[in-house]
Amino acid sequence: MSRDLAIEVKGLGKRFDIGAAQAGGYQLLTESITQRIKTIGRRPPTREFWALRDIDFEVERGETLGIIGHNGAGKSTLLKILSKVTPPTEGEARLRGRVGALLEVGTGFHPELTGRENVFLNGAILNMKRQEIINRFEEIVEFADIGPFLDTPVKRYSSGMKMRLAFSVAAHLQPEILIIDEVLSVGDIAFQEKCLGRMESAAHEGRTVVFISHNLASVRSLCDRALMLSGGRIVATGTPGDVIDSYAGDILSESSRSLRDRENRVGDGRLRFTDLRLERSGDVIDSPASGGDFDIVASFETADGLPMNGVNFGVTVTGQGEQQPLMNLYSETAGARFHEVSARGEVRCHIDRCPLPAGQYVVGVWADEHQQMLDAVPRASDLTVTGGDFYGSGREQMGPRTVLVQHDWSVQDLPSDGDARGATGPRALVN
Amino acid sequence: MAATVPRVNPPETAVPTLPETIIKAPRRWGWPSGRELWEYRDLLYFLTKRELQIRYKQSFFGISWAVLQPLVLAFIFALVFGIVIKTPTEGLPPAVFMVAGLVPWLFFSQSVMLGANSLVIDADLISKVYFPRIAIPVAKALSLIIDLVIAFFVVIVVGLIYGETISSNVYLVPAFVLLGLVTTFAISSLAAAVNVKYRDVQLVMPMLVQVLFFVTPVFYPGSVISGGWRYLYAVNPMSSVLDGIRWSIFNTPAPGLTEVAISSAVALTLLAVSLSYFRRTEHYFADFV
Repeated sequence: MSRDLAIEVKGLGKRFDIGAAQAGGYQLLTESITQRIKTIGRRPPTREFWALRDIDFEVERGETLGIIGHNGAGKSTLLKILSKVTPPTEGEARLRGRVGALLEVGTGFHPELTGRENVFLNGAILNMKRQEIINRFEEIVEFADIGPFLDTPVKRYSSGMKMRLAFSVAAHLQPEILIIDEVLSVGDIAFQEKCLGRMESAAHEGRTVVFISHNLASVRSLCDRALMLSGGRIVATGTPGDVIDSYAGDILSESSRSLRDRENRVGDGRLRFTDLRLERSGDVIDSPASGGDFDIVASFETADGLPMNGVNFGVTVTGQGEQQPLMNLYSETAGARFHEVSARGEVRCHIDRCPLPAGQYVVGVWADEHQQMLDAVPRASDLTVTGGDFYGSGREQMGPRTVLVQHDWSVQDLPSDGDARGATGPRALVN
Repeated sequence: MAATVPRVNPPETAVPTLPETIIKAPRRWGWPSGRELWEYRDLLYFLTKRELQIRYKQSFFGISWAVLQPLVLAFIFALVFGIVIKTPTEGLPPAVFMVAGLVPWLFFSQSVMLGANSLVIDADLISKVYFPRIAIPVAKALSLIIDLVIAFFVVIVVGLIYGETISSNVYLVPAFVLLGLVTTFAISSLAAAVNVKYRDVQLVMPMLVQVLFFVTPVFYPGSVISGGWRYLYAVNPMSSVLDGIRWSIFNTPAPGLTEVAISSAVALTLLAVSLSYFRRTEHYFADFV
C-alpha cells in the first residue's frame, strides 16, 4: 500500500553543545581564544544537551497534525528544523511540496515601514513571489481589516493590527505544507475565529498542516492527529482527545510535584501549598481566556496534620518579567472567613471574568494566620491568558501591564457663555 | 460577530512532481548556493528596498546624504591635507583629488561597518524564518551600490567644475569598482558571519577600518610609495581600487599591472574564504543570534 506522505521524519535529533563559559548563544572571541589555550591537549569542557532525539513520524497529505508539550519539550526546535531555520544533528526529514512556515506572527515586520511596504517584505520573507503578492494584495488587506492605515508606518499600529496584518499575509500563502507555531492565542475572538476558519479551509483543500499550540481546544477541534513531546522525545501520539487527556494529566502531576518541593518560598511552614491548577466549571484547563471565568485552585496541607483556625489566603498575578503584581487578591478583604481549614484541603479562588489581556503571567499564592505568614510561593505557576472579548465589543485590548475594567464613556457639551438654553444632554454614549 | 472565511483558490491540483525538501545535518564544507539565492530574488529585492527606505526615510536630507557626505569630507580633506599640510595631489586640485578617493573609500568603510552587524540586527528574522542567509549581506551591499553610483556623478561633476578633463579611460571605472565590490563584500560578509558567534567583531571592525584608511591612498597618491614597498602596498586591494579609479577618471599615474594582479588575487582569496566560512556557519546562525 503506498500512502501519500507529505512529511516523513526519521530518527531526527538535535544536539546543543553547552560550553562551560557559554551561557547561551554568542560569546566573545577573546574569551574563546583564552579558553582554547587553557584547554590545549584536553577535551574542551562542553556539555551535550539533546533538545530533540529519535523523532519518527509521518504526516499524510491533507492531514492536520497538532504538536503539544510543555515548555522546553522540544516543540519549537522541531518546528524550526522542519522549517529549515536550524539544521538537525542526526536523522532526516522529507517534506514533499512547497513549505510555508509561520514561526511567529509579524516576523520581519519593520516598524519604520508602512503596512503596504511590510506586506510585500513579509510576503517575500515567506517566499512568495512578487507577482503572487500583487495578485493577492487586495485580499490580504481586506482580511486584515486595516484599510485606512495601509500607508501608516507599522510602528504606529496597535499590536492587534500588527498581528492581523501579519497573519493575513501568512494566511494567503499557498503552500502545500503549512507549519504554524502558536498564532491562535493572539488577536481578538472574531479574528481568531477567522484564522481558525482559514486553517480549516486549508486542510479541506488538501493542504497539510502542522501546528503547535498551547490552546488545547483548538488542537482538539482542528487536528486529525496529535503528537506529544516531552524531554525532546515523542511520548504520545494518537487522536487529539487521547493525547490531550494525557497532557492534562501530566500537567497535574508535574505541577503538584514541583509546588510541594519548591524552594523559593517563605513562611513558617505550618501550612504548605502542594498543588496549583486552573479549572473552569470543574474541568482542568490550561489557560483561561480574557473575559472568561476560571478558578485558581490551590491544594494545601498542614504540617502537624491537624485543622487550623483563622487562615487567610491570597493570590497574586504578575506580568511575566514584571515586579509589581497586576492583581492582588486576598480572602479577608474579599469578606471570606475560613474559621477552620482541615489538615488537607483545597482553596478555590473564582474569577468571574478574567480581567487580563492575552499574555504570559505568573501566579503566586500565600496563606497567613493573623498576619503571621504560613506559606508564600511568589512564583507558584506560569499562567497563559489567551485572547478574548472582555468588553463584548468584538474588539480586544492588546498589550500587557494593564487590567481590564468594565467601564463607560460619554461626551457632553459644555454650555458656552452666551448659551441661554444651558447644557444639552449627552451627545454620545459609548459603551 | 460572524467569522468570514474568504474564498480561496484551490491549490494547484496535486501534481506528482511536488518539490521535495530533504532536511538533514549539513556537510561541513561547500559554497553558498547561487541558484538558491536566485530563487529568492524577490526577497533580495525587498530587503534591498527596505535598506534604502529605512536609511533615507527619517533623514531630512534623504538620499542627498549620498552626495553630501563625500562632498563635505572632500572639502575638509582638501583644506587640511592639500592646502595646510600640502600632500601631493598628482597635479589635481586638492578637492578633486580627495573626492575621487573618498567616494570609493566611504563606500568601503560604510559597507564593512554596516555589513558586520547586518546578521545580528536581523536576528529576529534569522531565528524565525528560513531563507538563504547570504541575502542579508548581499542586500546591504546592493543598497550601498546605489549610493556609490550617485556619488560617482559627484566625482565627475566636481572634476568638471574645477575644469579637469575626464580621461578617455573612464570606461575602465567599472572594472576597479568591481574589484572594490569583491573586497568589500568579502570582508563584510566574513565579519558578519563571525560576528554572529563572536560579538567582539563589532569592536574590531572600526579599528580595522581605521588601519586600512592609512594604508589606502585616500589623502595621498599611490605614487609616493616606491620600490618593493609597492607590492606590500598592493596586498590591500583597496589601494589598487583607489589608484585605478583616479587614473581612469582623471588620468593620474596608472597603478602597475603587477600591483593590480596582487590586489585581485588577494580580493578573490578573501572572497573564497569568506563564502566558504559563511556557508559552513550559516546553518547555525539561528542557534547563536
